[in-house]
Amino acid sequence: MITFDHTTKTYEGGVTAVNGVDFTVEKGNIVVLLGPSGCGKTTLLRMVNRLETISDGSITIDGEDSMSLDQIALRRKIGYVIQSNGLFPNMTIEENVMIVPDLLGWKKKEKRERFNKLMEMIGLSGEKFGKRYPHELSGGQQQRIGVIRALAADPPVMLMDEPFGALDPIIREKIQDEFLQIQREVKKTILFVSHDIDEAIKMADKIVLLRGGEVMQYDTPSEMLVRPKNEFVREFFGKDRAIKSLSLHTIKTLQEVIGLANIDDTIEDTITIHVRHDLRNTLSMLLNQEADQVVVVDDDDNRLGAITIDLVQKYLHFEIKAKPTLVQKG
Amino acid sequence: MDKWMKFLEVNAPRIFDLAIEHTILVGLAILVALMIGVPLGIYLTTNDYLAETVLQIASVMLTIPSIALFGIMIPVFSIINQGIGFVPAFVALVLYSQLPIIRNTYTAIKNVSPEMRDAAKGLGMKTSQRLLRVEIPNAFPIIMAGIRTAVVLNIGIGVIAAYIGAGGLGVLITQGISRGDNYLIISGSIAVAILAMIADGILLFIQKRYTPKSIAN
Repeated sequence: MITFDHTTKTYEGGVTAVNGVDFTVEKGNIVVLLGPSGCGKTTLLRMVNRLETISDGSITIDGEDSMSLDQIALRRKIGYVIQSNGLFPNMTIEENVMIVPDLLGWKKKEKRERFNKLMEMIGLSGEKFGKRYPHELSGGQQQRIGVIRALAADPPVMLMDEPFGALDPIIREKIQDEFLQIQREVKKTILFVSHDIDEAIKMADKIVLLRGGEVMQYDTPSEMLVRPKNEFVREFFGKDRAIKSLSLHTIKTLQEVIGLANIDDTIEDTITIHVRHDLRNTLSMLLNQEADQVVVVDDDDNRLGAITIDLVQKYLHFEIKAKPTLVQKG
Repeated sequence: MDKWMKFLEVNAPRIFDLAIEHTILVGLAILVALMIGVPLGIYLTTNDYLAETVLQIASVMLTIPSIALFGIMIPVFSIINQGIGFVPAFVALVLYSQLPIIRNTYTAIKNVSPEMRDAAKGLGMKTSQRLLRVEIPNAFPIIMAGIRTAVVLNIGIGVIAAYIGAGGLGVLITQGISRGDNYLIISGSIAVAILAMIADGILLFIQKRYTPKSIAN
């Protein structure tokens, strides 16, 4: 758990980068710091592991004031992932990943075991990649290595500074999914900086939207999309925020809430879609007019019903107007 | 050609001895220069104001004509009765090699990417660990380039040391000039050039051998 209490950062010369920020990252949650460039999100992140000093207020990690801890010991207890070039080119992949365990004085055998386990998590062979150097890996693989390096000594807290920002969209999405999968297993308390709204909606349990070093809104992604607190939040998420919010819901939730349409067996031009597909992609598919009927199937290929644009719209109306949000992810 | 063979037959052992003397003088000067220059270069990366001053002083040192610098050493070291010979030559060579060593070390460490430095700090490395594990290994090729420049420079300038009685291959050249003996001048010059190439070759080998593969290109 990370608690920000009136946390403030003022640079020499009086520029305030972070101004009186108050919020708590619950244990095992991902909180995304989101906002336009210069909003102080990276500064705020870097204050947690004291790469930036705290001018006023405090940051508490699992009940301990971060200023009361030794700076080096504090950083070794916090996983840290940055956008690019964070891997050391003079070290092999195994040496890179095992830096923190090495600094903490783990035994050779423990390190080897841990390395292989971490590599398994990201679907790479420790045997095959361990002795290679970072430049021999693709951008996506390097970023995965960056993530497991932060996880190496099993820190309770992780800081991620636009970790997937330098990747192309297809790889990025894949690694995001993979990371969420890992997170379900390891349940770290994560602070995640992003400037990408879609990424924030996808990754976050809660979003902190910042502007000029101040918190504009701290809420779940769906609350923020459906009930923006002020004009800035409304504008930031854009006119298509209703569509964006659809990515938080799956066909399954729609089925549970309003049910699916009946399948018309007379229509020949039919395609199928999996029930766990999110509604945003489903809507895009419907708008593409790829077929006259879209049939929803489950894991065993059972045909559950048909989905239409009308149904999605009805569901959206129900979500926004009729009832408090239900959060559904994955 | 016959004359050359005869000349070498008589003088080869002497040339060899002088080359050893030259190597010892330059080698010791470089060792001491490294012990001063590399740590100083690293320290300067933490103090920009001082860096500018020190680099300027080192630059000025290199603009002093070598024969003048050796000349200055004579009265200075006369105070401790070491006015001529090994000591003043050694000190002059140490001073001469400071600029390439300090400047390359400073630049190399400064050029380590900020992301890499940031990651090292963020992972909880102490300053010394960051230097030894990340910054110096990644700066190594540029630091080595500076050392190679210094070595070649010193082998050349070491010739002048003969004028203040420090021996070395310069002896052949100075004698050759005063006696009008071209064989001495040419053999001395070629020996210096070969020595410089051998030293540079060895250092280049070390540089390649210990440069992390992934930063070599």
